[in-house]
Amino acid sequence: MPTEAPEAPQAPEDSPRRTLASGRGRMADPIFKWTVAASGTIVLVILALMVIRTTTEAWPVFAKEGFFGFLFGQDWTAGGSRTEITGTYGAWPFIYGTLVTATIAIIIALPLAIMVAVYLTHMAPRRIAKPLSYTVELLAAVPSVIFGLWGLHWFLPNVMRPFFELVESTLGWFFLFEGPVRGVGYFPAGIVLAIMILPIMTAIIREVIAVQPLEQQMAGYALGSTRWEVITKVVLPSSFSGIVAATMLGLGRALGETIAVLMLIGGSQSWGASLFGTGSSMASHIAATFGESSPETRTGLMAIGVALFLVTMIINVLARVVVWRLGQFTGDAAV
Amino acid sequence: MSISNTASARATDSGRGVAPDTIRYNREVPGLGDPVFDVSGLSIYYGSNKAVRDVDLKVGPRQITAMIGPSGCGKSTVLRTLNRMNDLIPGARIEGKVEYHGEDLYAQHVDPIEVRRRIGMVFQKPNPFPKSIYDNVAYGPRINGVRANMDDLVEETLTKAALWDEVKDKLKESAFALSGGQQQRLCIARTIAVNPEVILMDEPCSALDPIATLKIEDLMYELAAEYTIVIVTHNMQQAARVSDRTAFFTAGVDEEGERYGSLVEFDETATIFSKPADQRTEDYISGRFG
Repeated sequence: MPTEAPEAPQAPEDSPRRTLASGRGRMADPIFKWTVAASGTIVLVILALMVIRTTTEAWPVFAKEGFFGFLFGQDWTAGGSRTEITGTYGAWPFIYGTLVTATIAIIIALPLAIMVAVYLTHMAPRRIAKPLSYTVELLAAVPSVIFGLWGLHWFLPNVMRPFFELVESTLGWFFLFEGPVRGVGYFPAGIVLAIMILPIMTAIIREVIAVQPLEQQMAGYALGSTRWEVITKVVLPSSFSGIVAATMLGLGRALGETIAVLMLIGGSQSWGASLFGTGSSMASHIAATFGESSPETRTGLMAIGVALFLVTMIINVLARVVVWRLGQFTGDAAV
Repeated sequence: MSISNTASARATDSGRGVAPDTIRYNREVPGLGDPVFDVSGLSIYYGSNKAVRDVDLKVGPRQITAMIGPSGCGKSTVLRTLNRMNDLIPGARIEGKVEYHGEDLYAQHVDPIEVRRRIGMVFQKPNPFPKSIYDNVAYGPRINGVRANMDDLVEETLTKAALWDEVKDKLKESAFALSGGQQQRLCIARTIAVNPEVILMDEPCSALDPIATLKIEDLMYELAAEYTIVIVTHNMQQAARVSDRTAFFTAGVDEEGERYGSLVEFDETATIFSKPADQRTEDYISGRFG
């Protein structure tokens, strides 16, 4: 039976139509926005304060030695004055020590980390892969002083020293491996650094490799690739930027690592080309000297701090450039 | 191009039934001859699950064999046994025999790498490498140590894959810059660059639009003059349009409640689509099922 079209309900006259305004203040979003923005800004502020403070404190040393004179000066004789700069401040032995130990660490750790990551993602039986990954990451949580102690008291005399002596007796004619083998020095510090940065690098590279699309690997296999070819020609090239990022994190830790290096590098203020020689890194020298330093020496140490900061920054910028330039050739989608 | 026109006309067919007179690119069905693949009593297991049971199938040379059927019928699984891609899935194994030119593909001495170099595969989703168009095509020849002039080889291959004119000015650009259909033709080019005898295609058009699909079908038809093609498709019109022979698979449930796939019927495509021998085939192609 046909019915009348229902009448639109009439609003009572005394209640006007509600507007689209919510009627209550919506504060959550603005508050959230400003909190997050403030946190972001704090990072920049802290960074700026640190740079400004250390640079001004270090200024008298830079003024006396000149910027490049400080960076490449060979001699470090700290003075004991309270008011003026009386010593000679050349930071090159420490810069050299930092660069050499970090380079040794990366040269050893990077291929190892890639191989461990490939093993964990592509080769290891599933039952082993999981616990092994956790173990590798656990290694990252070991405090560096323990690495230093273990390196100095067990690893160095029992493993590294015999190995160094073997290298020295066969390759001693090559300037990098010239004797005498003293025990502590650049090489042992670099090797222990390599062990220290291995876990973080492995963890990152493993993540990057694990997310590489399976379809591309299947395409590789379907073209008759061996597993070796799929991994080296398909998986690793697409993981390039991740591998560089992992290297940068590892390098960052190796450059700044203090206590383990301090225990293993030998602590001398000279430098030499042989990897068996002793020396200091920037961070280890600051830590070794800071406790009993005069105000003048402290100025010099601040200058080393500025130099360390600069070196780290330059390396990071270079890494960005490398990723950006090479990423275009390796076809890394993340670039 | 006349083939294109025919194909476009066919593409407008709608509905699930396919009239027998519209199913072919006017071509005689080639004989099975000396079959390229002779599959007999093939069962495929994943772990303890017998996923595909008792398949007997022959694939003839230089023709297109289609495998159709509802999801879960095992058609892709069977396809993957033909170039031993199933080996890459942990727990997968087969029973029965897969002969390639009379040689047992699963014999002890057979190297799966060598098998895949001769029997190429194109996948469901276009999966170019994150490299340039040129490097995608050159990948296979390079790993095979081909010493020929790579530029010529790339041009020749891309021409064969009907892609050269579209990409000749941007060979160094990333393959990801191409459209989906172009990427899939690039994947076909990548496959034929190593000059395989057989191309296996696993639903190669399921991620593509109708126009791109037709281009791939034209390409398949042209490639069939030179290559043996086995295509898995869930699109019956596609099977009807391009294939010479069709294998219809179905999914069943055994007494223990386990799902499995099996081959129902294998015949010339025209026969399958006009007078199938099995009621299940008829139900499927006429749309009464699945």
